Amino acid sequence: MSTQQVPTPPSQAPRTSAISAPGNASTSGTARSGKRKLSATLLIGLILIGLVALAAIVSFFWTPYDPTQAMPADRLQGSSLAHLMGTDKYGRDVFSAMLYGARITLFVGVISVGIAILIGTPLGILAGIRGGWIEEVIMRASDIALAFPALLLAIMFSAVFGASTLTAMVAIGIATIPGFARVARSGTLQVMTTEYVLAARAASQSRFRIALRHVLPNIIGMVVVQSSVSFALAVLAEAGLSFLGLGTPPPTPSWGRMLQESQQFLGTEPMLAVWPGIAIAIAVMGFNLLGDGLRDRFDPKLNGSRG
Amino acid sequence: MPETTTALSRAHHTIPPLNPRNPNRMAIRILINLARFAVTYVVATVVVFLFMRLIPGDPAQIALGVNATPELLEQTREQFGTNRPLIVQYFEWFGGLLTGDFGTSYVTRTDISPMVLDRVQVSLILVLTAMVVALLVAIPLGTWAAVKHRNFSGVAIGLGSQIGVAVPGFLAGILLVIVFAVGLGWLPANGWTAPAVDFGDFIRRLILPVVALASVQGAILTRYVRSAVLEVMSEDYLRTARAKGLSKNGALLKHGLRNAAIPVITVTGVQIAALIIGAVVIERVFVIPGLGSMLLDAVGNRDMLTVQSVVMVLVAITLILNLVVDVLYTLIDPRLRRSA
Repeated sequence: MSTQQVPTPPSQAPRTSAISAPGNASTSGTARSGKRKLSATLLIGLILIGLVALAAIVSFFWTPYDPTQAMPADRLQGSSLAHLMGTDKYGRDVFSAMLYGARITLFVGVISVGIAILIGTPLGILAGIRGGWIEEVIMRASDIALAFPALLLAIMFSAVFGASTLTAMVAIGIATIPGFARVARSGTLQVMTTEYVLAARAASQSRFRIALRHVLPNIIGMVVVQSSVSFALAVLAEAGLSFLGLGTPPPTPSWGRMLQESQQFLGTEPMLAVWPGIAIAIAVMGFNLLGDGLRDRFDPKLNGSRG
Repeated sequence: MPETTTALSRAHHTIPPLNPRNPNRMAIRILINLARFAVTYVVATVVVFLFMRLIPGDPAQIALGVNATPELLEQTREQFGTNRPLIVQYFEWFGGLLTGDFGTSYVTRTDISPMVLDRVQVSLILVLTAMVVALLVAIPLGTWAAVKHRNFSGVAIGLGSQIGVAVPGFLAGILLVIVFAVGLGWLPANGWTAPAVDFGDFIRRLILPVVALASVQGAILTRYVRSAVLEVMSEDYLRTARAKGLSKNGALLKHGLRNAAIPVITVTGVQIAALIIGAVVIERVFVIPGLGSMLLDAVGNRDMLTVQSVVMVLVAITLILNLVVDVLYTLIDPRLRRSA
């Protein structure tokens, strides 16, 4: 079990990422992006994420109704001009709740992936640079953590600390750390074999300096790709958690809980399930496509093999 | 399937003869994996045990309420074992895990083990069926998508799998209920019947949750199969096989798929954890009495001992299935046998 690597998404799996000389990464990146046009994958991914982000931003300034305000007289209405996506069992406006839910989704994603980047990446670099027992401990710990998927960890967290947005974010963040540690470690191991690192070590630069000046700039691309994929997983975990009633507590609208609440009306009001369902799928697909697109961009060797 | 066996046995001949010491090395590799499994599991029990102690409050007080007399409290603590040192409590619990005795719930005051035994069968049926269905769909679909990667059908499969990956299992479940249970009325919307009670009803109630669970895993695996086969298709040995006179499909079947299987098996192993946690949510959607609903009920009741026991059963299932996959991996990839 421990010989297996974390599931590297398909096109990444067996290939090594392009490692260039320090400082080269960004310049060659911009030169390349100047010449190459945006790939369809990247473009669609960005558009989908843009939609979710737009909904979240709009919700700060305007929603057609107060998403938490119940209007019993208007309960369970279908789509109309007054209520674009209809109303739920309490007569709350679904469209307003959808806009507001985007905010929660992105918030949980940003914080949990942020936690994972800030802890996982340094741990991975440390493991790659130091090797020895430190590497062994970090990697074995990440093996153990892999047996606890984000959702299971979040369920345990909510059992101990109670269900809240904060517990969800922290649990999902912790569960996402091993992925970053593994990606950062394998990237670091590649960079450490390059001649410029050898030169830096010969010039007796400290390991910390090598990590900061040479390793980090070169693995940043891999970390960005991992962030995008992890964001998609975080969105899924948050939706699942809210669906189970262990995420953001009511009355704050969240897509997962809207799905759960829709379950009792599947026979009469199936659209109550379809709207948040579409939203979750859009967000997840957006970040998956962004990750795929960025991976292709960082690793131009792939272009031939993608249909 | 005589064709598959010949394909596999011929593939054996394409690999250099094995070192006579290989069986031993393979056994050593399996033993190392077993040892890793044991260490991982023990460390996980310690982490879970300590973590669950973070729940504020005295379990005896919670069970008895605020009006309990001090004597009764002390008696209940003695009964729960919560007045003993933490390390003793841990070993009592851990010993129970090994012997299959999970103790008595602080909240419901009933034995946990019989319920776990009952529920684990349900969850395993769900998870294993979904895994088999996912593989049965993903392997042909992914291979097709790779072989036809420039045609419409290949692109369509690629696109479909991208959507499948983005739809969580519980959402797929709800959509399936809307269409097949509410809309068409072909299948029951939820519930569970044990196979021994009514096998026909068991199958009818199993279909929707399995399809919901397998659709997500199937989509993920399809993408991996596709990229693994694409990778293999550009390999030299496949060109050699074609030069030898095999057709494109024949070469792929005889030499390609076995090699493409290696990354796919790895991913199947890694996905097991996701599949099991997916089943937890699916059980809620379809009101299935498995380990998932047992866990969620226990979380709702703040039933600490049940939560930690069910979590460790779920982790054990994940790790054991991973172990099986890893042994399978060793069997299929002769390179690993030699370098163990």
